[in-house]
Amino acid sequence: MRIAPSITQRIAVSIMWTLAAVAMGVLAFIITYILWHGLPHLSWAFLTESPKSMGREGGVFPMIVGTLWVTMLAVVIAAPVGVATAIYLTEYTHEGKMTAAIRFGADCLAGIPSIIFGLFGFVFFVITLGMGLSVISGALTVALMVLPTIIRTSEEAIRAVPRAYRDVAYGLGSTRWQMVTRVVVRSALPGIATGVVLSVGRSISETAAVMLTAGSALGLPQSIFQSSRTLSLHFYILSREGISMTNAYATASVLIIAIMAINLSAYWLMRRFVGKA
Amino acid sequence: MTQVMEQIVQSVPQPAGPVPAKMVVEDFSASFGEMQVLKRVNLQIMPCERLAIIGPASSGKTTLMRSLNRLNDMEPQFSREGRIQLDGHDIYHPQTDVPALRRRVGMVYAVPTPLPWSIYENITYGPRLAGVTSRQRLDALVESSLRASFLWDEVKDRLDMPGTDLSGGQQQRLCLSRVLALEPEVLLLDEPCSGLDPISTARIEEAMVELKRKYSIVLVTNNTKQAARASDRTAFFLMGELIECGPTVELFTNPKHQRTSDYITGHFG
Ligand SMILES: Nc1ncnc2c1ncn2[C@@H]1O[C@H](COP(=O)(O)OP(=O)(O)O)[C@@H](O)[C@H]1O
Ligand SMILES: [Mg+2]
Repeated sequence: MRIAPSITQRIAVSIMWTLAAVAMGVLAFIITYILWHGLPHLSWAFLTESPKSMGREGGVFPMIVGTLWVTMLAVVIAAPVGVATAIYLTEYTHEGKMTAAIRFGADCLAGIPSIIFGLFGFVFFVITLGMGLSVISGALTVALMVLPTIIRTSEEAIRAVPRAYRDVAYGLGSTRWQMVTRVVVRSALPGIATGVVLSVGRSISETAAVMLTAGSALGLPQSIFQSSRTLSLHFYILSREGISMTNAYATASVLIIAIMAINLSAYWLMRRFVGKA
Repeated sequence: MTQVMEQIVQSVPQPAGPVPAKMVVEDFSASFGEMQVLKRVNLQIMPCERLAIIGPASSGKTTLMRSLNRLNDMEPQFSREGRIQLDGHDIYHPQTDVPALRRRVGMVYAVPTPLPWSIYENITYGPRLAGVTSRQRLDALVESSLRASFLWDEVKDRLDMPGTDLSGGQQQRLCLSRVLALEPEVLLLDEPCSGLDPISTARIEEAMVELKRKYSIVLVTNNTKQAARASDRTAFFLMGELIECGPTVELFTNPKHQRTSDYITGHFG
């Protein structure tokens, strides 16, 4: 017996709806759970004070500074390199063994566990280059980690720019550079920005790789050549070593709120500046 | 003494010889990979004329147009032989300034493609690259080019609206304005009306009548009626070959070749 198309349609829709609801539900549960346990302990003092007795008391100010430094440096290093690579791959070479190799390399890099990046960063930046456990070692390692994401998302965004735009740009007297920067990259900006925002999120939440490269010093870093503990690592140590679960949840709440704030403001900025053009 | 002589010589009106062609296509062949798309084409584009190019699909019309402003250079498979001259200079000479060439030989494509920016930015993009920075001059270019393509009255109050929000016919006229703002010498229109309604088509044909006072216009069209009413000379292409070229009235009333006559009477294509 054949099931009427209207019924299969309804079944399919309800299955998809259920799955989507489950996904959203799990996400909402995790976030609520953490905020529930963390928010009551959040205070101005928690954000602005240094930790005392290993983080059992006091706040997370140095970790906020360390996280900002590592994330900003990582993205400032990775974004130009990644976008330039994507531009090179799409606009300055023809498809061949070379581009396939770069793309394959980027995809492999994206799949490598972060602890391995951490180990590489430790051996290369910390030991071989003598940068020590420091913000800069951590940032360089995280930059390598997010590079594939930036390359691939930028490449896709650039590829999605209609071919006709290139003809138009050339036809109006652009050089290749002008065509790329003023027409193609400009049109691809929302997609490129999405990739960059994603990697900001990944940099903020990265734990294993920064543990091995930026170290876990509790103090406020005075320069990028000093060790600093990030928020995610602080959370990990607080909970793993059983130092203070309340402060661990409070730290996690700071992280979650920061990531949501970044995504929301990026979304808003994009709609405001790019959607209109 | 010699100076005086020179002045006299210069002031004497030149003998009214034949007007030199604006562009000359000489034994020009083009291929994509193994496939030859244009076969030893010889064609002249005169100043202040509207030259129509007709012929069935895939006969190489677009390829010829894109060779006239060197847009085919970007195609990895493209190769060519023969010469194309603009005012007597070989455009494929290695020292040609290609962006400058493209400003002199402007092109409008079959599919209207406004860039996803405001009307104003669409039009000023080219002039800005060419070094025009004065706001007044840019404003003037926007107005004059929009007037020339009969779009000014429809958009003058909303120049900051995205070009992509215009109707298809308006978009194509915006594309025409954008090219006119570069003050080119030759205008290449590749089936500019193929997707447009009759009113927009009429607007563009109207614009061409005015524009030919200043420019050489090459109009590719798949509509033989349009060629008949909106051109001074017509060239008929078939499978990469130029079959015949002559004054439009002659070509349509008294074609020299059987294949031309078959095409214009609608027996094929
Ligand atoms: N970029 C290209 N790469 C490969 N072949 C092409 C390219 N452009 C056009 N051709 C081929 O060249 C032939 C002529 O195309 P075209 O010049 O567009 O003809 P028309 O404009 O008269 O329809 C067609 O067979 C087409 O497939
Ligand atoms: Mg064509």
